[in-house]
Amino acid sequence: MAGEKAPAEKKPAKKKAGEKKAEQKPSQKAAGDKKKRVKKYHASRNPVLARGIGRYSRSAMYARKALYKRKYTAPETKIEKKKKEMPRATITKPVGGDKNGGSRVVKIRKMPRYYPTEDVPRKLLSHGKKPFCEHRRRLRSSITPGTVLILLTGRHRGKRVVFLKQLDTGLLLVTGPLVVNRVPLRRAHQKFVIATSTKIDLTGVKIPKHLTDSYFKKKRLRKPKHQEGEIFDTEKEKYELTEQRKADQKAVDSQILARIKKVPQLRGYLRSTFSLSNGVYPHKLVF
Amino acid sequence: VFKRFVEIGRVAFISFGPHAGKLVAIVDVIDQNRALVDGPCSGVRRQAMPFKCMQLTDFVLKFPHSARQKCVRLAWEKENINEKWSATRWAKKIEAREKKAKMTDFDRYKVMKAKKMRNRIIKHEMKKLQRMASKKGKKPETAEKPGKGKKAEKAPKAKKPEKAPKAQKAQK
Repeated sequence: MAGEKAPAEKKPAKKKAGEKKAEQKPSQKAAGDKKKRVKKYHASRNPVLARGIGRYSRSAMYARKALYKRKYTAPETKIEKKKKEMPRATITKPVGGDKNGGSRVVKIRKMPRYYPTEDVPRKLLSHGKKPFCEHRRRLRSSITPGTVLILLTGRHRGKRVVFLKQLDTGLLLVTGPLVVNRVPLRRAHQKFVIATSTKIDLTGVKIPKHLTDSYFKKKRLRKPKHQEGEIFDTEKEKYELTEQRKADQKAVDSQILARIKKVPQLRGYLRSTFSLSNGVYPHKLVF
Repeated sequence: VFKRFVEIGRVAFISFGPHAGKLVAIVDVIDQNRALVDGPCSGVRRQAMPFKCMQLTDFVLKFPHSARQKCVRLAWEKENINEKWSATRWAKKIEAREKKAKMTDFDRYKVMKAKKMRNRIIKHEMKKLQRMASKKGKKPETAEKPGKGKKAEKAPKAKKPEKAPKAQKAQK
């Protein structure tokens, strides 16, 4: 009797579930629907008699859960796709010489030529060691776009310079402007810079988006075929000014110069250099 | 030899301690080292204060010894000590020192430019007068008087450059 009732209960429950799913189909889109179908779990069909002991046996449960209906096979199309998409294992390459038979079939991925005697032990998991590209970049709160910075190192040490933005690696993009103090669009390191409290209003100034770290990075040419003596010549010791740099410089500076002119004496200030003299102590100065 | 004395009503300037920089009136003397002191208009509560941290000013108020704060306040406001104090050179020097310490890099540059301009003008005038004096032989009277007069003119003429950045600072 209990058995009869149980399937009777099951069927209307299933029908209802089926109806609900049918209703859901037109209301929701296919992608979300498939996932939601699976997620409608039935409560346990095996009531608990005592802990760890269910009312029904395995075979009874098989019938109750209607597993005879639910037989899933892996979708075939994926296997077929994988069979099709196997990467090329060999390649035929032309071979020179007489009577050689023109070409050879060569493996693309070759077997290793050396196996170490001892296996390298698996490294322990480390935590918190991020590569440089994932480091968190910080910027001092005293440095905002338009701040006048004093460069402390490099060939432009002592020069006062306008801060534009912080690049992805954390370096600061900075410009003289060029006509004022001969400092081009350049990168500066945050640690080697003094931020003054003088700020220029740079609202509405658009800095071209292609000015990134890779734009400023030094280029190294290396052709391994050369001997060592020649390498010293091919590496660019001299920096060459390109037309693109000139154009970018002009584009940025023209916007900034207009704002510099509005503040009295600011241009002369940017032209001057910072230096210490007797009786001047940096820890006592207010920048 | 001594012109300022510790007396009831003497206004003193506190040089160090928690109330550094404020003015107080001496209300009573406790013993050799301490005085009962009150600064109702300068935010100093009535308290004992050692003489060492007080520096006497020129101002003396009139109230009886151990007068209560209300009396001290009345006397203070009657004499208008706050205004008189800010008009003294002492207070102005303190203010100038504070402003100089707060100068930013840009302000220092502006002051440098102003000083340079002023000195150049003065030097120019001096040289002019020297040349005149040397050319026309002995005319010491005429050379000196216009020199002094012109120096006084040049200071306000040179756009009050020192005062201008400091005035800007005050506005900030």
